[in-house]
Amino acid sequence: MISRLLAAALGLTAALAHGEESPAARSLAATCAACHGTDGRSVTQEVPSLAGLPREQIVAQMRAFRDGTRAASIMPQIAKGYSEAEIQALADYFARRPR
Amino acid sequence: MKRRDFLMLTAVAALAGCASAERRAKARVVVIGAGFGGATAAKYVAMWDPGIEVILVERGERFISCPISNLVLAGNRTMQDITRGYEGLRKYGVQVVSAEAAAVDGAKRSVTLNDGRTLTYDRLVLSPGVDFLFNEVQGYQGAEPRVLHAWKAGPQTVELRRQLEAMPDGGVYLLAVPVAPYRCPPGPYERACQVAHYFKRAKPRSKVLVLDANPDVTSKGPLFKRAWEDLYKDIIEYRPNAKVVAVDAAAMTVRTDFDTVKADVLNVVPPQRAADIALRAGVITTNNRWCDVDWRTMESKAVKGIHVLGDATLSASGMPKSGHMANAHAKLCAAALVELLNGREPIANPVMNNTCYSFVSDKEAMHVASVHQYDPAQNTLLPVKGAGGVSAARSELEGGYAWSWARNIWADMLA
Repeated sequence: MISRLLAAALGLTAALAHGEESPAARSLAATCAACHGTDGRSVTQEVPSLAGLPREQIVAQMRAFRDGTRAASIMPQIAKGYSEAEIQALADYFARRPR
Repeated sequence: MKRRDFLMLTAVAALAGCASAERRAKARVVVIGAGFGGATAAKYVAMWDPGIEVILVERGERFISCPISNLVLAGNRTMQDITRGYEGLRKYGVQVVSAEAAAVDGAKRSVTLNDGRTLTYDRLVLSPGVDFLFNEVQGYQGAEPRVLHAWKAGPQTVELRRQLEAMPDGGVYLLAVPVAPYRCPPGPYERACQVAHYFKRAKPRSKVLVLDANPDVTSKGPLFKRAWEDLYKDIIEYRPNAKVVAVDAAAMTVRTDFDTVKADVLNVVPPQRAADIALRAGVITTNNRWCDVDWRTMESKAVKGIHVLGDATLSASGMPKSGHMANAHAKLCAAALVELLNGREPIANPVMNNTCYSFVSDKEAMHVASVHQYDPAQNTLLPVKGAGGVSAARSELEGGYAWSWARNIWADMLA
């Protein structure tokens, strides 16, 4: 809850009052696109899509990469570069995308 | 007249009509260069704000990717694998104009094309890539195609592959690496691996000789050295602090400060700077080579209204000149343009990341990665401490990720 408030304060929450995406959240999500596809829709089998994944699943995976409980080649190194508020915002954004 | 040309002319004729002093109904962004930076910027501006008119100027017929092109040299991928069309950008409303930008007038906010047409803009995105400083290597002028760089994917990639195939077994392939910064820091060492992979299979008595102007391998050093030791021990010879200062195409030799070396295939990568159009636009700020930018918007520090992306920029701390980085620059820029052209402030705290994979064989790859957060005090992006890093070891798993990366980033730019 605190982190969601923090994300809101930073302008990172995905949906604004009038239903448009927050530019900050949209831009954050776009940093994932080179590997995971535009708007989180991967065009390959090797790397998963993020679009439409449950919000809590994305948050849990990113936390697991950050704290080392989920091992992987590259994601632990990437996840450590994002704050908790940014992870919340990313998860919000991708959860709202159609698969 | 081909249908494509007709469509292009009608698009530009319509533009010319709007180019008067009259205020255009829509804000217009012109993008020069449809590589990793420019194509991404054009797509994302149009996708994020369909109310902005986006015109993408590109001289090439199709996009040919530098990343993965080293695998073409080894016969592990084809030119077709690394080539994509621009037609996918149309669905976002991007107008692709097939022409070369000849001049930029930052005061009048206009671009002149090589066919004489003029495009005015509200904001210009310049993603020109690099051009080569051939003058810094004596004898290079006129030495092509006996001496090749193959550091822009295209005809030189095909020609270098042809020369490698024609080289007799027992021959020497020489690769000269310029002083950093240059496009794609791990690229030369990946290339050495790829050519060695081909030799090991097809002409095992042949050698790869790397003359590096730098004091050590510029990127992923321990991982590359491990691969050379494990996979190509009797094929690759690496010499640091060996700057090539002259080439002799007739004698097929290169000269360093210390000696003269003969080889059968000469692949000399010259030093580089932001491409010519950046020079003509007046946005080169540093060492006569690179373009300094405001990292919240990618706007040039020299000319207002021009935003510079990719290899042409004066790199921020820890940022390599990579396709992935150019793609990240483009999205930061696109977001800023959408806000600015709608009368709003750009995002306060932009973020970028970088991932560069290198293939050391047909299947195994390794990565270097970093995340960059905006630092308001220094007005730049800085690598996040404790984040990023390199692979623990090369692997086939990462080979799969590397090829996936290529297909996803090409789609992120163009589809």
